Amino acid sequence: MSTPLLAHLPPLPGGSEWTFEAIDRYDEAIGEVARAYNLDCYPHVLEIISAEQMMDAYASIGMPVYYHHWSFGKHFLATEGRYKRGQMGLAYEIVINSDPCIAYLMDENTLPMQALVIAHAAYGHNSFFKGNHLFKQWTSADAIIDYLVFARNYVAHCEERYGVDAVENLLDACHALLNVGVDRYKRWPKQSLEQEKLRQKERAEYLQAQVNDLWRTLPPHHETEEHVQEQRFPKEPEENLLYFIEKNAPLLEPWQREIVRIVRKIGQYFYPQRQTQVMNEGWACFWHYTLLNTMYDQGNLSDGFMLEFLQSHTNVVYQPPYNSPYYSGINPYALGFAMWRDIRRICEKPTDEDREWFPDIAGSDWRETLEYAMQNFKDESFVAQYLSPRLMREFRLFSVLDDDEQENLRISAIHDDPGYRALRHQLAEQYDLGSREPDIQVWNVDLRGDRSLTLRHFAHQRRPLHPSFDSVLEHVANLWGFTVRLERHNADGTVETVNEKKMERRRGT
Amino acid sequence: MTVRIVDRRFDSKNKSSVNRSRFIRRFKGQIRKAVAESINRRGVRDLDDGEKISIPAGDIAEPQFVYGQGGVRETVHPGNDRFNSGDLVERPQGGGGGGGQGKGQASQDGEGLDNFVFTLTREEFLDIFFDELALPNLVKRQLTRIEQYKSVRAGYSHSGVPANINLERTMRGAASRRVAIGGPHNKRLRALEEKLKALLESPRPDDEPEIEQLRREIARLRARIEALPFIDPFDLRYNNRIRQPQPTTQAVMFCLLDVSASMDEERKNTAKRFFMLLYLFLKRNYEHIDVVFIRHHTVAEEVDEEDFFTSRKTGGTVVSSALNLMLDIIRARYPSGNWNIYGAQASDGDNWYNDSSICGEVLENSLLPLCQYFAYIEITTGPPQNLWEEYEKLQATHHGQFAMQRIEDITDIYPVFRELFKRKV
Repeated sequence: MSTPLLAHLPPLPGGSEWTFEAIDRYDEAIGEVARAYNLDCYPHVLEIISAEQMMDAYASIGMPVYYHHWSFGKHFLATEGRYKRGQMGLAYEIVINSDPCIAYLMDENTLPMQALVIAHAAYGHNSFFKGNHLFKQWTSADAIIDYLVFARNYVAHCEERYGVDAVENLLDACHALLNVGVDRYKRWPKQSLEQEKLRQKERAEYLQAQVNDLWRTLPPHHETEEHVQEQRFPKEPEENLLYFIEKNAPLLEPWQREIVRIVRKIGQYFYPQRQTQVMNEGWACFWHYTLLNTMYDQGNLSDGFMLEFLQSHTNVVYQPPYNSPYYSGINPYALGFAMWRDIRRICEKPTDEDREWFPDIAGSDWRETLEYAMQNFKDESFVAQYLSPRLMREFRLFSVLDDDEQENLRISAIHDDPGYRALRHQLAEQYDLGSREPDIQVWNVDLRGDRSLTLRHFAHQRRPLHPSFDSVLEHVANLWGFTVRLERHNADGTVETVNEKKMERRRGT
Repeated sequence: MTVRIVDRRFDSKNKSSVNRSRFIRRFKGQIRKAVAESINRRGVRDLDDGEKISIPAGDIAEPQFVYGQGGVRETVHPGNDRFNSGDLVERPQGGGGGGGQGKGQASQDGEGLDNFVFTLTREEFLDIFFDELALPNLVKRQLTRIEQYKSVRAGYSHSGVPANINLERTMRGAASRRVAIGGPHNKRLRALEEKLKALLESPRPDDEPEIEQLRREIARLRARIEALPFIDPFDLRYNNRIRQPQPTTQAVMFCLLDVSASMDEERKNTAKRFFMLLYLFLKRNYEHIDVVFIRHHTVAEEVDEEDFFTSRKTGGTVVSSALNLMLDIIRARYPSGNWNIYGAQASDGDNWYNDSSICGEVLENSLLPLCQYFAYIEITTGPPQNLWEEYEKLQATHHGQFAMQRIEDITDIYPVFRELFKRKV
């Protein structure tokens, strides 16, 4: 970066009012610096939207098109209320993982803020979406917008045909199962031909299900009964409840299965985002900080611009201490940003401690190291791999063990030599979705009896389910159409029934 | 390479309104309850604002399988200022201690206790208000929309019909434009002319080509100035008129309420809706509305709205006292030539037996000739009382001007006004 990059460009416009031309110029300049850093991005589109539209996108999970549902209305009203009372500023950026990547700019922002958002979203997040293995593996950036349009139209069509209430109840039930409706480990093949075949097979399977042995209502033959009783269905427990219901719920109509599928697909699309929040936000912050500072160092940005930029930047990456009234857990922006900066530091100016802890990367080329880390990790493994003792000291991290059978809380580790590894392990686990969310699987269907569905909760650390599981179970029973029960599998191997929802529905009722 | 920038600010305005109305539709029950409570709080005339609605958050929660409190959990926090490993700390009260990732869920619990607060717009609010009263759609539309307009002047605009051209503004604009655009040319013209004059005054033989050139230049400039259009479509200004909602005249509304012991809170709330509906109707039709509150038991008095709905007296009931007071007030303050007079009376039907015939007489001979409309509701579930029988005679003779209804349920209110609303449709 020794020769000034942007010398051939005219000076960037100043002031706080943005114009289309000014945004264009900034985008060009930022893009040039990003390319000099070898940041690999999808092409992007900038869309200017109003505050109301921002709230709207905010309420419906940040997507430009989405089906209608009351819960989005609720989030909209809540956001609007807080915004009008001045309790919150709006997130000033929303970016959509698609190809081309879409970044929203809010028209109320000043020009420096627009430039910040461009650097943050259109280059930072964008390159993360393109590079990270989870996004590569799980999402089809080129197809998502089309799929959302399809979903909205399909749901609207169903509302017209089967009534708003029927669709709403179904969506309620699906939303309740959203966090247990994702495949955590497997990914369906991506090839379109294979996909097509799969769809075809599914359709055939559906027809087959009409005459399937599973739901035979004839009395069973006595001689085979013993053998059949031993056969479990599903053979292996299924972690994806929505998938299981879509494929196996006996009474769902084809359109209902399709809607279950839509909700499931969109939930799956967001699964990587939930797993990479620290990395993704930190990455975007790291890049807007690096890009804009590079431009400033080369004399392209004014001091006024930098002051405004730094003010919002420091607000975003501020980590209040545990005893602050503003404390609400570890700020993913703060942790992520600090970690990416720290990795760069370890590469460029390693200390003896760093050489001991990170022999592989200490003194290596920082750009390559960051790229590797961005591509191949998720939050859990990223923290486990790269959180340095120095950063733990800087954040003054400490770990608290809360056992409801003990009278007191115990400080299990702090930022000192004996504590580093335990702290790092603990923090990594905190970002493991597997331990953040209860493990609930489809355990059994009573094929020959009352067709009841049994879910099993594998309890972890004696942690109970939130009482709202009762309403969730109600939703499952509505989808399944027959009795649903929830069992808990305790650590000592005992199994107890937690709850049961009786239900016996027939087609057409 | 330049980036594609799309301006989306003007498409899909109110995109959220579908989700918003879905939300209202879904929780109509709770919202209706909240609206009903707010109506009990509001004044009769206070129907122009939206309303802040608060419904229990538990009702609108979106349940999922998540962890609750309890069990063993370990969380990492930042900002250690006093702890060493192995320290035992007392559990903080108020659930803050779970902290960390668990806290996100803990606050979901917390939310369960709070209420979800949001604001209904005026339209949404009235919609629910009408819904409760079971108003026919036509009437609903009529009440929410203001139909009469007056055209008032509102400055000038660039577009309009030729009849509305404002000459003065147009010419002024044209003159300014000519000055603005022709200015530089004029300045140069003056300079050239002076130079020419100087040359002509002291002629030298070798100046001839220069003079010729100056003359040509001057002619060219003149032509340019001439070419400026005297008036351009851009200069045109039209008188701009906008339509302002224009209620017609003034009206006074008398609210007569029986506050004897038998009128309990619920009955009063029903009566309040009755008054509100009449007020809404009047507001659409009249520019200025006075509301007079008269309450009575054995004697009648004029009170402000606060006292009107809150006070409760014991003792018997003499309805004619209120009617007489209304008559007195009309005579003193509201000469019927200038005012449209509406009466609305709510009672549980109890009256002293020999007073009912007096009521009928006062209404028929004195009040009804002065009133546009008089509506009476009897809020009772029991058999009709003597006042009802007396009024029934009136209804037969004054059809279209006098209406009465027995109210058991709040949806019974509308029929009282049916005639009134029909007349204006």
